[in-house]
Amino acid sequence: MTGRARVWVLHGGVILLLFLLQFVLPDYHHTNVARIMVLATYAIGYNLLIGYTGLLSLGHAMFFATGLYGAGLPIYYFGLHPVAGFLLGALLALVLAFVVGLIVLRTSGVAFMIVTMMFAQAFFLATLYFNGVTRGDEGLVLAAEARRFGFLGLDLDLAEPATRYNMALSLFTGALLICLALVRSPLGRVMIAIRENEERTRMLGYNARDYKLLALSLSGLLSGAAGAAYVLLFAYMGSSFAAIQYSILPLLWVLLGGIGTVIGPLIGTALMFYLIDKTSEVMQSYLIVVGAVLVALVLFFPKGLAGTLRQRYARWLP
Amino acid sequence: MEGTVTAFVLALTALGLSLVFGVMRIVNVAHGEFFMLGAVLAWGFTALIPELPFWGFMLALLAAPVCVAAIAVIADALVLRRLNYEPEATIVATIGLLYILQQSVLTLYGPNAQPVVAPISFRVVLPWFGYSGYKLVVIGAAALLLIGVWYAITRTKFGLVMRATQFDRETAQAFGVPVKLVYAAVFALGAALAAIAGVLVVPLQQAHYLMGLDPLLLSFIVVIIGGLDSLKGTVVAAFIIGLSDGIISMFFSPTLAKIIATLAVALVLVWRPQGLFGARAR
Amino acid sequence: MNPKSPIPASSKSVTRRSALKKLGAAAGAASALTLAPGFVRYAQAQSSAPIKLGFQVHSTGIGAAYGRWYDRTTQAAVALINEAGGISGRPIELVSEDDGTDPKRGAEVVEKFASQHKVDLVFGTLFSHVVIGAAPRAGELKMPYFVVSEGYHVASGALNRYVFQPGITDVRSQVSAMAPWIAGNLGKKVTMIFPDYAFGHDHRDFFSAAIEKQGGSIAALLPIPPTEASYTKYFPQIPADTEVIYHVMVGPGVLTFVKEMGEHFGSQRPQIFGFVDSLEAVDIASPGLEFLDGTYFWEANPRYAGPSQTEFDKFFREKVGVDANGASVSDPKDISTYSHMFGCWETLYVIKQAIEASGYQGPADRAKLIEATEAMTTFAAGNEHPQGDKTFDGKRHQCYGHQFISKVENQKLNVVHQTSIEDGMYENDTDYTKQAL
Repeated sequence: MTGRARVWVLHGGVILLLFLLQFVLPDYHHTNVARIMVLATYAIGYNLLIGYTGLLSLGHAMFFATGLYGAGLPIYYFGLHPVAGFLLGALLALVLAFVVGLIVLRTSGVAFMIVTMMFAQAFFLATLYFNGVTRGDEGLVLAAEARRFGFLGLDLDLAEPATRYNMALSLFTGALLICLALVRSPLGRVMIAIRENEERTRMLGYNARDYKLLALSLSGLLSGAAGAAYVLLFAYMGSSFAAIQYSILPLLWVLLGGIGTVIGPLIGTALMFYLIDKTSEVMQSYLIVVGAVLVALVLFFPKGLAGTLRQRYARWLP
Repeated sequence: MEGTVTAFVLALTALGLSLVFGVMRIVNVAHGEFFMLGAVLAWGFTALIPELPFWGFMLALLAAPVCVAAIAVIADALVLRRLNYEPEATIVATIGLLYILQQSVLTLYGPNAQPVVAPISFRVVLPWFGYSGYKLVVIGAAALLLIGVWYAITRTKFGLVMRATQFDRETAQAFGVPVKLVYAAVFALGAALAAIAGVLVVPLQQAHYLMGLDPLLLSFIVVIIGGLDSLKGTVVAAFIIGLSDGIISMFFSPTLAKIIATLAVALVLVWRPQGLFGARAR
Repeated sequence: MNPKSPIPASSKSVTRRSALKKLGAAAGAASALTLAPGFVRYAQAQSSAPIKLGFQVHSTGIGAAYGRWYDRTTQAAVALINEAGGISGRPIELVSEDDGTDPKRGAEVVEKFASQHKVDLVFGTLFSHVVIGAAPRAGELKMPYFVVSEGYHVASGALNRYVFQPGITDVRSQVSAMAPWIAGNLGKKVTMIFPDYAFGHDHRDFFSAAIEKQGGSIAALLPIPPTEASYTKYFPQIPADTEVIYHVMVGPGVLTFVKEMGEHFGSQRPQIFGFVDSLEAVDIASPGLEFLDGTYFWEANPRYAGPSQTEFDKFFREKVGVDANGASVSDPKDISTYSHMFGCWETLYVIKQAIEASGYQGPADRAKLIEATEAMTTFAAGNEHPQGDKTFDGKRHQCYGHQFISKVENQKLNVVHQTSIEDGMYENDTDYTKQAL
């Protein structure tokens, strides 16, 4: 098989597998996989930035939470149509990412990391400060009626497991395809070139900052789309999703799964979820095991699972 | 007064992070946990001899950093060195370390916040309010330590070797600098500084297994704002951070003050990406 | 402490399924037996398949100090109920899951209980944001969800028909009940210090309203942002004409907060009234807290066994393993969360009562269980309700009980006042019974 065929077979296969899984998964895992797909979309968004342009952000929770609140609040207060809410949430995240990018892209490296962290921290505090609207840490719940709607002639209820699963799958598929298309496009190659050597890319006549801004905006868009989908599918928005933990988590998922790989974010997200879920069943001090597994994994797969596989066996992996 | 105590403790913690960050070029997410371990161990050591709080505290001040440094050395030898200090891999590894340390403390020490008696108890009384005299001790001790570290880095052979490694790892190695040893020592020293800060602060606050997050975030901010390779910058930045939201909160509601302070400090970095005292990027 | 269950989880899904089949076959016989005269608890003929209760507990994260005592209280109550023959003659099998005090994980845990452990109902959640994060999922799954949170979220109508809080009074009622006594005994000009997020805002809003109703006024509001480790800078903002300081804090910083307040004031201080949340799981005799002598605290359940202790409280303490100072009998340094944890105990007895009253057999009867719970009106003080008698509002899904005000004397809390249930009543038009089941 050619490299290109392999790529399509692999990623098409993953999506097909996810599609088929819904018919065999027990209830609990059915919902879990739906949730993992939404969060993996967030991780894909994160990976666009860190994996393909080399910018490490510690502030992506603000984009995720912008999607969450941008979709959730208008639905909660004004009864906005869920589809419009989703688009609005994603769009607001895109705008925020663009504006933040205009400011923070003056920095790079560790300074970029800290500046994004501080912006996100200010955002988090703002969700608490505007408690009258957001109900801060307690958060708000979307009513069941707000999540039932008609769309393209279909009557949809987002509380329905099958609907939820396939919505999550569509979102994830969209994100995966965007990412795949992007990294294989000329645009994506410029981004990777920036990651590898910004100076040289610049000398070749590319405006590195514009490409970085584009990457950050796209990354914010996908993160926000994931946040918007989260509130629609799981009905809760609260400021814990804007806290620093939700900026560190996508970093962890991406690094674990394989930075700069298309499939890595999904692997990392699923791995981390089931690691906590399974170990917490067995013992009380399960986080020790989680920590030890993380250390062990990184010792054996220093580039993440998919990243190390690519390095050793499958050079063609995008 | 409060801001000054915060600033000194922060400077100490951040200095530890700055050494690790500066010399080894790794992001140590578990740095806050070293701070927490210092506080928790201080509780443990003072509880050994409850009838002698002063000597218990002195014991803690010596033994806690040693214990924490030992943990750091082990982590370095078993994990970080094998990862060849790869920046991305070390993030995952130190997140793992954070989970391990936090959960171990939760299991062995428990979820409650525990107080530690200050080694001295006198209250400085001013006409309109008073504060604990121990705060002066914290300031004094932290200042001494900062000077000590500054001396060690700029005036001793160890400092020279360390700076050489920081400047150019390969060349240093070629000149016979035992880079591995230097890294282990720096990592241990960084952890010990965080632990000392934890010990010093615990009679003012209390030991709790989740107390490491804020010092971690603040230390990162301080190190970067100050400039990565600048000891002076770290200390100055610690004061800016320690005092800033106290001053801004005179004018705004506290949460709004924190938002404004956070954004203001962030903009400092946007304006000077290399930090206040950092050299221009090469 | 065993994380999972003191009762061996012997009935794995297969055996449970077969047990259910047997149950179905014997259903006719069983119901006949239930109605038969002389049927009491020990009837084995019906089904001995355990009632599975999902216990959502904060073992890690910010709620861990509470979670540990919620766990101990729950284990004690479950052991006691099982010794006495279980619920409807069926033993309780407790399945515990940690939610890390995180709303996202909270929702996942409810799901895990429903779909993987297949529990009969879920209970025990404390922190409000976790309750609110998990409640929609409980509603979707039609899983009865009995929380022990003291939040106003249930009674406010924000959640759904499957969520109940029958074991602990909500914060709005607690706060409202304090105002008359404070205005009458401490002073009318109040400065409030509270955490600047939803929990603190409930205190701010409901207490401000209640004190104004008493002819008092708010001198200043001092919201403290989260992530604050030192509080000294806030105290100078307390106006000089303040008669009473009202404080409530939660989280790991509480001890620092109270200590620094003492340092600030020294011996000249206004009256100080606090919610014991500020010192839950913290020893009143901790160094630095000496200044608290002569100040007052709200307690839901008196931590120190005083002269007014009831027989029921004695029983409760003994079974949970708490001494007369509110600490663990095995470690006097290990202070309980005495003003909250009784809620788990009482909730379990409400669950027992509801299951038995509704004739609940299995998940198909959940609607009956909900309706039976809504039909409850009062709980009498007793070993089942050691905190005291309560009324229950079936429309709001919320119970209301007495509150206590204690004075710190010689580093102990002594009860000086007990409020009536009426003191904590308020108007609202929540009615969950209108929602479809």
